[in-house]
Amino acid sequence: MSDETEAELLPGTLDLLILKAVSLGPLHGYGVLSRIEQISGKRLLVEQGALYPALFRLVRQGLLKTEWGKSENNRRAKFYEVTARGRKRLQEEKEWWERSAAAITAALAARPQEI
Amino acid sequence: MITAYVRSLITRFFRRAQTENDLENELRSHLRLRADTLEQSGLTRAAAERRARLEFGSPERFKEECRDTIAGNVIDTLIQDIRFSFRMLRKSPGFTLVVALTMALGIGATTAIFSVVDSTLLHPLPYPHPEQLVQIMDDLPGVGAKDVGMSVPEWWDLEASGIFEYVSPIGGGDVNLTGSSQPARIAFLNVSPNYFALLGVQPELGHTFNPDDRTPGFTLEVILSDNLWKQSFGGDPAIIGKSLRLDNDLYHVIGVMPPNFRDPLRTTRQRNTDLWAASGLAAAPAPDPVRNVRILTEAIGRLKPGVTISAAQNHLDALVRALQKQFPGDYPAKSRWTVRLVPLKENLVSNVRSSLMLLFGAVGMVLLIGCVNVANLLLARASARGREMAIRRALGGSRKRLMQQLLTESVLLSVIGATAGVVVLFGVKGFLLRLVPDSLPQLNSISISWSVLVFALLASIAAGVLFGLAPALQVVRPDLAAVLKLDGRSSTSSKEQGRTRRVLVVSEFALSLVLMIVAGLLFRSFWDLLKVRPGFEPHNRVAVRTWLPLPNDRRTDIYGTPAQEEPLLREILRRAKTISGVEEAAIGNVAAVPLAHDRNNLNPFPLIVEGHDTPPDQAPVVYGALATPEYFDLMQIPLLQGRSFTDADNHQGAPVVVINETMAKTFWPNGDPIGERLKLSIAGERSIYAWNTIIGVVADVRTESLAQGSNPQFFFCAYQRRPRDLAIFLRGHLDRATIESRLREQVQSIDPELPVFGTGTLDAAVSESLAQRRFSIEIVGLFALTALVLAGIGIYGVISYIVSERTHEFGIRLALGAERRNILQMVLRQGLRLAIAGAAVGLVGALLVSRFLATLLYGVPPTDLLTFSGVGLLFICVALLACYLPALRATKVDPVIALRDP
Repeated sequence: MSDETEAELLPGTLDLLILKAVSLGPLHGYGVLSRIEQISGKRLLVEQGALYPALFRLVRQGLLKTEWGKSENNRRAKFYEVTARGRKRLQEEKEWWERSAAAITAALAARPQEI
Repeated sequence: MITAYVRSLITRFFRRAQTENDLENELRSHLRLRADTLEQSGLTRAAAERRARLEFGSPERFKEECRDTIAGNVIDTLIQDIRFSFRMLRKSPGFTLVVALTMALGIGATTAIFSVVDSTLLHPLPYPHPEQLVQIMDDLPGVGAKDVGMSVPEWWDLEASGIFEYVSPIGGGDVNLTGSSQPARIAFLNVSPNYFALLGVQPELGHTFNPDDRTPGFTLEVILSDNLWKQSFGGDPAIIGKSLRLDNDLYHVIGVMPPNFRDPLRTTRQRNTDLWAASGLAAAPAPDPVRNVRILTEAIGRLKPGVTISAAQNHLDALVRALQKQFPGDYPAKSRWTVRLVPLKENLVSNVRSSLMLLFGAVGMVLLIGCVNVANLLLARASARGREMAIRRALGGSRKRLMQQLLTESVLLSVIGATAGVVVLFGVKGFLLRLVPDSLPQLNSISISWSVLVFALLASIAAGVLFGLAPALQVVRPDLAAVLKLDGRSSTSSKEQGRTRRVLVVSEFALSLVLMIVAGLLFRSFWDLLKVRPGFEPHNRVAVRTWLPLPNDRRTDIYGTPAQEEPLLREILRRAKTISGVEEAAIGNVAAVPLAHDRNNLNPFPLIVEGHDTPPDQAPVVYGALATPEYFDLMQIPLLQGRSFTDADNHQGAPVVVINETMAKTFWPNGDPIGERLKLSIAGERSIYAWNTIIGVVADVRTESLAQGSNPQFFFCAYQRRPRDLAIFLRGHLDRATIESRLREQVQSIDPELPVFGTGTLDAAVSESLAQRRFSIEIVGLFALTALVLAGIGIYGVISYIVSERTHEFGIRLALGAERRNILQMVLRQGLRLAIAGAAVGLVGALLVSRFLATLLYGVPPTDLLTFSGVGLLFICVALLACYLPALRATKVDPVIALRDP
């Protein structure tokens, strides 16, 4: 158990995180979990049951592609890789997220005298 | 994105095993990797693997969820459901069979009737833009005359009016054909050259008439029907340009129509046209075109595109008014001449519409009853599976999935049933078509078209969803605990279900009662009709046709005057009597053959009666025939007053006429018609016929149909006229198969060019006239019987169910000393209650429905007490019978077992 507060994964952000994680390099399913944990500084833990349906959905939408290969321990695993369209979607989602976050942050920083 | 989706779909279906494998492998590799990580943090391999599995959760759910996201899931679950349903249905074959049969019957019957209705009522005209086709009829309502025909100048006026694209008069009849394999009597249609352009049809061979042809008389071109081409010319491929003779006039063939072509006004199988000839109808043999000479008996038109019938009618009314002003002598104000447009389709179907609608109604009822039966059965089955459903839900099945499965089952059932029905339909199609009477308009061959099949499929799916819904909703209920607790015995929903089933059975009963009463009423009226006396004696009498040619050039006519024709007629009679078996012979024209009329042969004549002063164009119309003196004796038509014809009534004697009783009462209600005189106003012919003196009155004969009363009718003596269309009547014990050829031998030994054809017994004529009614009754009776059987099955089912529900109770009663007889009575009483309720509702329903039948009933009031009470009683008996078996079962309950098994 980590001693940092774990944030809950906001709905809809799972796809975004998966795309980002995979865009850093081809990964198998388990690897995606680890990497998300890693890049979020152990702050985001993805539930195992939610991962694979999301992965399959992204494959169906043409944003990821799959290939069987060997993992670090020489185990056979299915690797996911980002497609060109996936990269584009990642960029769009990232921009949208940053805009939304900025807007909400600004709203939350409002002081009584600014009304 | 779509390609990815499609690729995913393809992968799913075509590499299904591989997909499943992949999922399994991916799961395993994930667990292994996780176990590796855990092992690194210090656990043993075994513990790490176990922990990884626990963390992950149910592998089945994982696979299920993943499958959900991969494309094509809906189809997959559907296939799964279908497979499952098949298994379930196979497990209860009795149920499946009954439901499938019921659906087969209901949907098969509905589809059959629908296809008949489709091709005869809904789309009877197979021509382009049939909504523009109209029939044009002239009426003289001022003198009570309808459809009196048109004159040639009027036809020209109509064509020039701008309302129509084309107008074509239609006439015709029979003609002698020589120059083919054998002299034959064929039916020809005399039309104007624009006829085929009007209809918009193409020939099979050659070409049709040139619509711009302005020949005043006959163009010497003819078009053959496919049938005539094959039968009389052996399908000769070089037929175009060949010449033939019609009534000894020379024509040549320019085209052949396709095999399925029929004329819009010659729709019935009785009168298929063999040949078409075109004429401008303004030169010989037609009389000079004079305005009030109405020689064009029928006419059709095609409206200009975009013109509606009401607009056309208004325009036409204006034209009529203008013509009346312009020619006051030809259109006297008193007769109030009007021209009426009737859509061609309307004309065709109007008199069969009521019987076909009746059929459709009957079939609809049967289908409804079948549906109620099926609903009942499904409900019973659903309640039996209540526990199964509850358990499945408890194990995590979603309501949606369960309902989908149940609905799939019922749709599957009904599709199976419908398929069986359609297959059966194909099998009985031939039989069904033979039942259809010849008088039904059949421009299209009555076939099972694609639209009909689609209709059947849609109907079955709709039915399946309809039935499946109620039980599915009931069964998939939220309160699982309640259902699971009641170990297999009636659940809380069963009371409600029981009531529903009882209501259903009562309604089913009511519906079939209505159907049976309708059938009963029809049957009674048919029976009464059979007893109607036709006015003549049909047994052992035969009529054979022949026809004397009418060449265009009258000078070559060898039977041109009564004096020339009389020896022929007498010689025919003499030789006919030499045929063995013939006891008596007579000759008449075809109008003298009762009940074998189709509209064209029954020519109404405008009559002028001496002493009743009416101008010629306002003369009342009566029907007339020609006969030799032996006719009345042969037909056993009693003479009521005066005398009938003798041999002295020929061209040398004074012109005489015999009238029938109705005519006597109509024109001389108070006096004695004998000695009065009358004359025919045959338009156009310079009347060579003088006044005829009435010499006798005979009894009425039903001429058009048994159901219609008598028309006023008169008879001229055949020797005083020159009839062309002859019917040779023979009395005796004759072999129908050989009589025609034997008579032909005799007739052709006098004149080898005379065709002899159309043999019919008068018995057949009587029964043919009833053919359409008989058809309706046969079909409705069949349906009513089916409905009765279905209702019986329904009540059997419900009572059985009630008995099984109350088994426990019966066990207790028996243990407490009740007699088995009492149990029987209890069950029967319950069944009787249901039956009486159903009968009551049914009787009320029948009273409401039967008034719509009034037009089809003959002599029987729609509220006939005998029929109602008789059928009601029959029903109660059938219900009791159906209850008896389950009641008997109830008495055989072993109290020990009943008490033990709650």
